[in-house]
Amino acid sequence: MAVRERMSGNEAVAYAIRQVNPDVMPAFPITPSTEIPQMVAGYIANGEIDTEFIPVESEHSSMSAAIGAQAAGARSLTATSSAGLALMWEELLLAASNRLPLVLTLVNRTLSGPININCDHSDGMGARDTGWIQIYAENNQEAYDNFIQAYPIAEREGVHLPVMVCQDGFITSHAVENIELLEDEKVKNFVGEYTPEEFLLNPGKPIAVGPYAVSSYVMEAKKNQEIALENAKAVILDVAEKFAAVSGRRYGLFEEYRTQDADFIMLIIGSAAGTAKQAVDELREEGHKVGVLKLRVFRPFPAQEIAQALKHCKMAAVMDRCESYNGNGGPLGSEVTAGLFRYKVMIEAVNYIYGLAGRDFTVEDAKAVFDEMEHAIETGTPPEQYRYIGLRS
Amino acid sequence: MEKGIEIRWHGRGGQGAKTAALLLADVAFQTGQYVQGFPEYGPERMGAPITAYNRISRNPIRVHSNIYEPDYVVVVDETLLHCVDVAAGIKRDGAIIINTPKSAEEVRPLLNGYTGRIFTVDARSISMKTLGQNFPNSPMLAAAVAVTGVMPRREFIADMKASYEHKFAKKPEVIEGNMKALSLAFDVVEKALEEEYKMAV
Repeated sequence: MAVRERMSGNEAVAYAIRQVNPDVMPAFPITPSTEIPQMVAGYIANGEIDTEFIPVESEHSSMSAAIGAQAAGARSLTATSSAGLALMWEELLLAASNRLPLVLTLVNRTLSGPININCDHSDGMGARDTGWIQIYAENNQEAYDNFIQAYPIAEREGVHLPVMVCQDGFITSHAVENIELLEDEKVKNFVGEYTPEEFLLNPGKPIAVGPYAVSSYVMEAKKNQEIALENAKAVILDVAEKFAAVSGRRYGLFEEYRTQDADFIMLIIGSAAGTAKQAVDELREEGHKVGVLKLRVFRPFPAQEIAQALKHCKMAAVMDRCESYNGNGGPLGSEVTAGLFRYKVMIEAVNYIYGLAGRDFTVEDAKAVFDEMEHAIETGTPPEQYRYIGLRS
Repeated sequence: MEKGIEIRWHGRGGQGAKTAALLLADVAFQTGQYVQGFPEYGPERMGAPITAYNRISRNPIRVHSNIYEPDYVVVVDETLLHCVDVAAGIKRDGAIIINTPKSAEEVRPLLNGYTGRIFTVDARSISMKTLGQNFPNSPMLAAAVAVTGVMPRREFIADMKASYEHKFAKKPEVIEGNMKALSLAFDVVEKALEEEYKMAV
């Protein structure tokens, strides 16, 4: 029997960590993710889990320590946000290229400046090309469920890559909402014991981790890493299917909400997807054929699957909660439109930047985007391809 | 689909408005409803105006935005009436609950032309009387439950008792005072609701 509870997104992830009982957690506090290591430290102090908690002096050190522990053969994790993730930049690449299946729970917060503590995806998106698998959550339930699925994905043969489990700072991390928890035993059985094939503390089978490689080997290593990321797609779906068997909750690379016959589809990541679904329901009642595609897995990027899902709509709004300063749009906008071209799906697509640094995104905002799409198609006027919404005039 | 109720809390950092919103989510959850309780953070510092929100519904809640057209507004600090438009967007048949020793008609002129229902609760006095310190959030939480009718009084009191016994396991001496504060605030609102009912008939 599932346990009906109410808790914040941070509590939900900490609860999942307690159930998984990983071996090592180095962490350095930063808003809005601080509560996670704080609560885990509480579980450890109360003797509920035997995770080795390492208080460190920076995020550079927390990721370094997690890498060291994982390389030694321990199941490791850390938590961070914003500037903390930025400080881990070099180590993120090391974790992925050394093929270490550790987990980072990221509570998304904007990057400076101006300095601000609220949510957008600029931290996670900034790390999008570091070789990590990235999974985003709409609410506390998904943050919990995604964390439980993270190690089984990361540790699977053919993947061996780190996983970043992301949720929206404050909007879900600090919001108390209903949640259904799995029993401890179910989670333990689902995640299983970690049995690394190659690791440092393995007497009789010495290995080197992170040595220099000459040019005649590096490119092959990078290609192998890329293949692993491609392999991750099928593994993520397989783990999701097994998770559905124990939880009753189904996950894919993305969720399609009322898109089957939709003329206008909004692509969106994270907590704003729920708000967009509410807008879709209200517009559907008025006869508008609209839907939402909520992206769950950003890395590996499901370009072909998205292109297929958008094939029959007239126009798509690609929503970025991040500015990437390339003068051409946000990360999601760039990758979705590239995917549409590659798979020859020639629909209209507009890239909207919304919700930066906690700027609110309302049901009315979502409706306005659908309205703009309908208007553009009805009048045959191509809309601006890259634009901001919710700016103060 | 029935949308449930939406509540906006106004307070000052350190007064416990956020805690009250999270507690309200807690107690409403106990009645089997879907709940949301969340703060809106600015620069966190003692005394700065803060906002917190609740959504409570019989149906799952998906919207993750702030609340602009609340059914109810709770003002934990009456000095905010001079600097924040607490009545902004409130629904016509909603209500504002204010922590003040003044009467509803005395504070109405500070509410930017608001013509709807007002409940005033002297949460400061209640808190001083029962706890010896100014913790207005417990009485304001009780007032919010009484006005919104989220759950019956008896059930609320029982749930809060369990919650306080858990929260204050190491300082049980404050439990009785908190319970008394809840009851006194409930009494004030129930009396006002009776008056309202008499006027209506």
